[in-house]
Amino acid sequence: MKRRLFSFIGINFLRSSTLLSISFIFFLISIIILKGFQVINWEFITQPPKEFMTKGGIFPAIVGTFYLTFLSIIVASPIGILTGIFLVEYSRKNWFLSLIKITIGTLSGIPSIIFALFGLAIFVVLFRFGVSILSGGLTLAVMILPTIIKTTEEAIRTVPDNFREAAYALGAKKSETIIKVVLPVALPNILTGIIVSVGRAAGETAPILFTAATFYTRKLPKSIFEETMALPYHIYALMTEGTQAKSQVPIAYGTALVLLALVFLMNGFAIFIRYKMRRGKKW
Amino acid sequence: MVNERIDVKNLNLWFGENHILKNISFSIKKQNITAIIGPSGCGKTTLLRCFNRMHDLNEKVNIKGEIILDGENILSKKTDVFQLRMKVGMVFQKPNPFPKSILENILFGLKIKGIKNKEYMMQIVEEALKKAWLWDEVKDRLNKNALELSGGQQQRLCIARALATNPEVILFDEPTSALDPQSTLKIEELLLQLKKYVTVIIVTHNIGQAGRVSDFTAFLYLGELIEYGETKKMFTTPQNKKTEEYLSGRFG
Repeated sequence: MKRRLFSFIGINFLRSSTLLSISFIFFLISIIILKGFQVINWEFITQPPKEFMTKGGIFPAIVGTFYLTFLSIIVASPIGILTGIFLVEYSRKNWFLSLIKITIGTLSGIPSIIFALFGLAIFVVLFRFGVSILSGGLTLAVMILPTIIKTTEEAIRTVPDNFREAAYALGAKKSETIIKVVLPVALPNILTGIIVSVGRAAGETAPILFTAATFYTRKLPKSIFEETMALPYHIYALMTEGTQAKSQVPIAYGTALVLLALVFLMNGFAIFIRYKMRRGKKW
Repeated sequence: MVNERIDVKNLNLWFGENHILKNISFSIKKQNITAIIGPSGCGKTTLLRCFNRMHDLNEKVNIKGEIILDGENILSKKTDVFQLRMKVGMVFQKPNPFPKSILENILFGLKIKGIKNKEYMMQIVEEALKKAWLWDEVKDRLNKNALELSGGQQQRLCIARALATNPEVILFDEPTSALDPQSTLKIEELLLQLKKYVTVIIVTHNIGQAGRVSDFTAFLYLGELIEYGETKKMFTTPQNKKTEEYLSGRFG
């Protein structure tokens, strides 16, 4: 009797915790949708802002976020994937490897605002890229690098050794084995790391604060050397620097909804590709 | 035939501090099936992996001695291991086709070899699949993923994959231990056919299997070669007491 009571209480604790977690996510999304939906229309997503951001749309911010995310991914992915391959397949276990691993681990734990200061010092000032898409994209790339390295490492490590052995036994060299066997098998999981990174790069405000983002512009950036609006920073700007809360707060929620939808959309696309690649791969 | 034998001379292998193979010497007759048997942990798989230098992947392994194949010591530092592995193929315990199409699996070794002629490649694919008794089952679905095949078919695909590079020797490491009895029987029958084309060295923990398929048997115990000779002779009148005990199932 006592044991049954205990297990009844225990299971319901687990159940209510799960329900609580789900309800947080549910409320978060509902509030963003309910408040954001009021301002969303065709003009909102295709037009630049008007009258000191009290009217008009957020098109430059959408474009800006797209550029920043895209740039950071195409810079960080190859570097991160190659680093991951090296760490798993080629590096020797010694103090230097331990140092690299600790560095990468530390890098992923650094608060994003620190990356902003780093980006400001290195890309904006030292390399003279100025406050620009390039500086912001590179800062975001540095920020997401550890995630991509770590997921690549994991993905490569989980490739069963019997695939490697099969390739070696057929006379394949190490490089051939990695390129023709290991990477194709690991790719869906590597992609997962990139998916997570896309979400982070698109959503982070702090790293682009001093490196790429601008408060208000009506025109689209013409090159990567220009500053840009971006969705997360636009929300921040509307909520902190606006003077007409009545018309600006709804726009902030609308922007949040667009950002959320954009991240979901990119994730959905990547998950779709991963699903396609994984089909029929059971081992 | 230039050399009718593969000679193993004074082979010693250490894994770190552990002396795994102790002074092993014997001659394998080509175009025959040689079984390596012995209780778990006796070093039979370790011995098998010397023939295609799979131990090269492990830095802790130290090998001394010689294995002479076609007049060349394959354990020598000068040996091109990649060439060697095309000459000495391997089939593993668990079927391990690549998660690619059936066709791609067979083509893998040919592409590594640098063969580019499409027509010739397709000819080899058909030949290899026929030799492995798989052609009729897969000829209409060569582009299907190899992992959709049954376990027995996957293992025969691995055999076809090994045959495609036209090896002299194929090493089998307990090739049927992950298969059902029916697939096992089919592989055993196939092995008897294969010795027309290649020299087969097979590690098995199944004494019955060694008796059914092999011409010669090597019995390993605690890293030492206890007895080696014709299977028929050894299975009826073993010379060593340990061999007799093992064959009659008293340990292992």
